[in-house]
Amino acid sequence: MAPIVALLDYGSGNLRSAERALEAAGADVRLTADPVLGRDADGLVVPGVGAFAACVEGLRAVDGESVIRDRVAAGGPVLGICVGHQILFGAGDEHGKHSTGVGVLPGVVDRLRARRLPHMGWNTVEAAAGSTLFAGVEDAWFYFVHSYGVHAGAALQDLPGGRLTYATHEQDRFVAAVEAGPVSSTQFHPEKSGEAGARLLRNWIATLG
Amino acid sequence: MSVAIRVIPCLDVHDGRVVKGVNFRDLRDAGDPVELAALYGREGGDEVTFLDISASREGRETTRDVVRRTAETVFIPLTVGGGVSSVEDVDALLRTGADKVSINTAAIRRPEVIREITERFGNQVLVLSVDARREAGMPSGYGVTTHGGTTSAGIDALDWARQGVDLGAGEILLNSMDADGTTTGFDLQMLADVRRVVDVPLIASGGAGTVRHFVEAADAGADALLAASVFHFGTLSVGEVKDALAAAGHVVRRA
Repeated sequence: MAPIVALLDYGSGNLRSAERALEAAGADVRLTADPVLGRDADGLVVPGVGAFAACVEGLRAVDGESVIRDRVAAGGPVLGICVGHQILFGAGDEHGKHSTGVGVLPGVVDRLRARRLPHMGWNTVEAAAGSTLFAGVEDAWFYFVHSYGVHAGAALQDLPGGRLTYATHEQDRFVAAVEAGPVSSTQFHPEKSGEAGARLLRNWIATLG
Repeated sequence: MSVAIRVIPCLDVHDGRVVKGVNFRDLRDAGDPVELAALYGREGGDEVTFLDISASREGRETTRDVVRRTAETVFIPLTVGGGVSSVEDVDALLRTGADKVSINTAAIRRPEVIREITERFGNQVLVLSVDARREAGMPSGYGVTTHGGTTSAGIDALDWARQGVDLGAGEILLNSMDADGTTTGFDLQMLADVRRVVDVPLIASGGAGTVRHFVEAADAGADALLAASVFHFGTLSVGEVKDALAAAGHVVRRA
């Protein structure tokens, strides 16, 4: 039976593509804001497009923060995508505004140090050694759209069992993906990354229940 | 590694059908935008842009259905432009599966709409489409036009691009109305001039005829290269364009 994946609907952006891509990758997708389903599904996907503060606000409005924290505490798999990846961290500094994130990953989201922003388009990554997400697509191209990101600090680098995948825009090397226990997240959009993104989603779905 | 130069096929859609000549032998229905978008996706197109040129509300609804159906099968970014004038229009398009929208005339009429859209959905969602041509009397030498290049908007094109970015636009789509339809090459001087005043990604449009033209536009500072007829008529394939870009030292994505 296909694993049930709750796609958290908290009013952020284009969920249709994520829904279709997860379905195509073999999940039984439930687009939902229901905290019960969010906690009980085999997997939870946290999407996100736009501003950090607005996304966190939307997430709180549907009790999404505690759903994510509860799941992670219970070892339930979570996949964050783009701003959904960013809001898993402790805080964000966007447009000079400091906002608290969900905090299941240590670190701060800040502006990329590049002239050409947003970092928009297809880029390659330095896949973490032994990565589950990137198995078979270590050298593939993924679609990024963002001006902010996480520059890995010591707390993130030393996360027990954590695997970090990096990407570089201009000279700026930032975190492109995290695998840390039940938490997986990607700064890029796997649902918009063609065949490579589909493979990454299948890799994640294969780890569920 | 850095971000790849994007090659973007553009489809003009009227009442749900692709207009301008389409000349592919391996399509069941060459006028079906969904099928064509899927083909471009398979060929390695980095994004697909739909330009909705429907005049009626029904036509716009049909285009939304096209975007909806495309987003179900084509997992690369989709941009939709044409008739976008409000936050509500953007919301409706994003809900159908668009990733980005482009805005043109409505932003000239009321620039604040750029801020309204990007504050709600983020800068990355909005492409400011600038139809520009050489115009005497403009400080930069380039003026913004409307109605397919036939009418001057009375605004300096470089000032407008700069203002659009200040208001929040995440990309500039620069359509040269002098070069459009000529197949004699992108407007390199205009590209280089706009490149100097904006730091957001710049998409070159208008004039593509040969692979060499794409390379020249990338050399002039474009981050993405958009074309319609050369791809539709089968004059060039996305793969040929990427081969030429790679041979010239530009980073391209291979699907």
